[in-house]
Amino acid sequence: MKTSLKMLMLPVALLSANSFSHENSDPLLTHLMLNQLEASDDKGSALEAQAWIGKDLHKLWLKTDVERRDNNTEAAEIQVLYSRAISPFWDLQMGARHDLKPTPDRTWGVLGIQGLAPYFFDLDAALFVGESGHTAARFSVDYELLLTQRLILTPTVEINFYGQNDTETATGSGLSDAKTGLRLRYEIQREFAPYVGIQWQKKFGNTADFAKLKGEGVSDSELVVGLHVWF
Amino acid sequence: MKTTCSDLLNRRRFVLGASSLLAVSALPIPKQLWAASSTAPGPVTLSGNQFDLQIGYQKVNFTDAERIATTVNGSLPAPILRWKEGERVTLRVTNNLQHDSSIHWHGIVLPSTMDGSPGFDFAGIKPGETYEYQFDVQQNGTYWYHSHSGFQEQTGLLGGIIIEPKEPDPVAYDREMLILLSDWTDETPERIQGKLKKMSHYYNFRERTAGDLWRDIKTKGIAKTWGERSMWNQMRMSDTDVSDVTGYTYTYLMNGVTPDKGWLGLFKPGEKVRLRIINGAAMSIFDLRIPGLKMTVVAADGQNIQPVRVDEFRIAVAETYDVIVEPEADRAYTLFAQSIDRTGYARGTLTTNPDLRADIPAMDPAPDLGHLEMGMTMSNPDHSGHHSNTPEQGKLELTDNGNHKIKKIEAADHSGHDMSNMGAVDHSEHDMNKMEDMNHTGHDMDNMGAMDHSGHDMNKMKAPDHSGHDMGTMTNLTSSNSASQLAKAGFGSNFGSQNQVSHPKTEYGPHVDNRAEAPRSGLTDPGVGLRNHQQLYGRRVLTYADLRGLHPTRDKREPSREIELHLTGNMRRYMWSINGVNFMDAEPLRFRYGERVRIILVNDTMMTHPIHLHGMWSELETGDPDYIPRKHTVIVQPGAKISYLLTADAKGHWAYHCHLLFHMLGMMRTVYVVEE
Repeated sequence: MKTSLKMLMLPVALLSANSFSHENSDPLLTHLMLNQLEASDDKGSALEAQAWIGKDLHKLWLKTDVERRDNNTEAAEIQVLYSRAISPFWDLQMGARHDLKPTPDRTWGVLGIQGLAPYFFDLDAALFVGESGHTAARFSVDYELLLTQRLILTPTVEINFYGQNDTETATGSGLSDAKTGLRLRYEIQREFAPYVGIQWQKKFGNTADFAKLKGEGVSDSELVVGLHVWF
Repeated sequence: MKTTCSDLLNRRRFVLGASSLLAVSALPIPKQLWAASSTAPGPVTLSGNQFDLQIGYQKVNFTDAERIATTVNGSLPAPILRWKEGERVTLRVTNNLQHDSSIHWHGIVLPSTMDGSPGFDFAGIKPGETYEYQFDVQQNGTYWYHSHSGFQEQTGLLGGIIIEPKEPDPVAYDREMLILLSDWTDETPERIQGKLKKMSHYYNFRERTAGDLWRDIKTKGIAKTWGERSMWNQMRMSDTDVSDVTGYTYTYLMNGVTPDKGWLGLFKPGEKVRLRIINGAAMSIFDLRIPGLKMTVVAADGQNIQPVRVDEFRIAVAETYDVIVEPEADRAYTLFAQSIDRTGYARGTLTTNPDLRADIPAMDPAPDLGHLEMGMTMSNPDHSGHHSNTPEQGKLELTDNGNHKIKKIEAADHSGHDMSNMGAVDHSEHDMNKMEDMNHTGHDMDNMGAMDHSGHDMNKMKAPDHSGHDMGTMTNLTSSNSASQLAKAGFGSNFGSQNQVSHPKTEYGPHVDNRAEAPRSGLTDPGVGLRNHQQLYGRRVLTYADLRGLHPTRDKREPSREIELHLTGNMRRYMWSINGVNFMDAEPLRFRYGERVRIILVNDTMMTHPIHLHGMWSELETGDPDYIPRKHTVIVQPGAKISYLLTADAKGHWAYHCHLLFHMLGMMRTVYVVEE
């Protein structure tokens, strides 16, 4: 067969060039998630957002948290992480965290895991190591309870720990603060969901003492309204 | 007496013969005009052995929004190509797109350079270039063609092929109609892929809610509900994840016509009609039926089979089935193809009177996945996978029993039952009562669709006597991989109760979320959402166990070796692979030219994968070594396995892959057939 000769020669030439130029099982994607973009009844506003760029198993992952009250930024941090899949549902993340507020600013190294735990709990747990041996830890968990296909109730909990007192930023060692919320969103589209919710936060231990010294409250609850958007 | 083509097709051919093609492509026919006409004729038919096909862009409108499709000669679906067995066809395909393109002749036996799969022994067609395909047509039946480049299948580049047999057709009919099913979306395929990778359940709007949980607790109690849910919660998977992409974005088309408009097929009173049904969808598996009409399945994947009379069958992406129907005059019938997840349907009408329409049936309840789909043993019968709040709840409970009985029957084979009780019945026997008796010897065979032959029109069956294959001799050999102990040809891993498998090391890691611990045989199971339709609705559903070749097996050798391949993935990360290895990182599967090999496919995922081998037949082991049916695309059910034989009689590099478009790139292998 004369075609057999062709067949022997062609693959060498062809296999070297990947012809799937416009399709890819693992394309480079970007994902921006504004999980909470909200205003509170207490003159507060907040943004909790994440973004990544990458492929199936390796991503550059950004996280940011900003809290404002009375036109004053009380807390602002950004994390830049390399995220690597280590098991079907878990990513190992490492990188840096920078706290712009409260001042003076602080920089931390980050080692964390993020993923989906059994029973569909979204988990993010991270250790932070800062300048002059300071340490911190954060644990946050979310759950999505579908009331209908589009009406979704999301309880969230976030807990922060610090290894040492930091008088300059008014954070105390041990359990420092906890924040829990309950948000009810309606997915007009998967990517676009307005919500209402309540949020409660409390400072503990030395952190609470620091707050009292400054004449600030140690607990706070507020009603929030916001948007959950991604693309 | 039979005619080779419907009047409708003849008329279209007259108007648009092959010679006028270039003119047609220069002046693309607006799709809207066709769709708006009441007869909704579908694509034109081009006949002969010389074809000029123009791949180009075409404005379409299926959703009240104008979109650009990729088409052949301005038509979606592409023109029907009509060839003759024994002729040499020449197809000049010009790519007018801005990207590389290609046409793959699906299911056609041809040299690998003519197969049309870029990256194998074919380089694709560059923009502005023409590729001349030329090959001898060595087969007959119903096939199809589609782009193998980019995601162009999703954007419309697909069409049907009819090959007239050289010898007299063993199937008698007066009229034929080609029914090409597809799925259209206004979204770009790249966008769909991106969404699935960011949120794999994006298109699933049937997830479990708090209301479902409350209903379960009320009806079953907390303990039982907890037991049922805990498995899914621990595995972090959804039991409603039947399709990755659903009717949320898809409009299901029949011959390019939306379900709202409905394709129309006209016949004359008294005619026997052959429907050549092709699933050309990108991601959608359909369950097809014609309420009020029995269908006699006469061919699968273009190859004639011993006729089987059914009410309903599943057609996976890329499969084809030919059925004969004998509709009555002066009424209408609805051709109803509901998607496997019941989120939509493609629809057409068969009638003698163009003004008549039949009722459109309601879709069946959407299925839930269960233990079977996870490839788990059914140790706890309470863990049924069936939707708990369907009206048929009581009846659906039967389904679970049915499944357990399938298991029992398989176990019974092991103890040496005679095969004549198992589907491979003596077809020369016309005594249906006797068959009923056989069916009830000891086991409740009604629960196995494949065994229920009570609806068969035995007069149409020409099959010789297949009785007397002693299954007992095979089963002890089934699971062994050593060459001397391979299961007998025709049976493979599809029979017997041995369902332990070993998973390669490459299956462990972040890219694989499940491994079937005890995959059952997928042969007799009609599949999720079709089980027990005999009991529930009185519908006889086709299973793979029903398929027997019409012609004797060509290659009667026993396989010299066995290859077990695992279909793997991580649903949440939306990654797909074979044996945990993505195509990009995989070595070719090497076959010695001429060797007879068995492939055992094990589905470790929760999805139904249609696996397509280019260039060679996949000879499905349905229990009769003498009449092995030949397929080009084989369904591997979730958590199940299936085996088939192949003769490596086509040299070169061939694509071997899951035909679901967004699984294909990861779940692919090169099959390299070489003389050693």
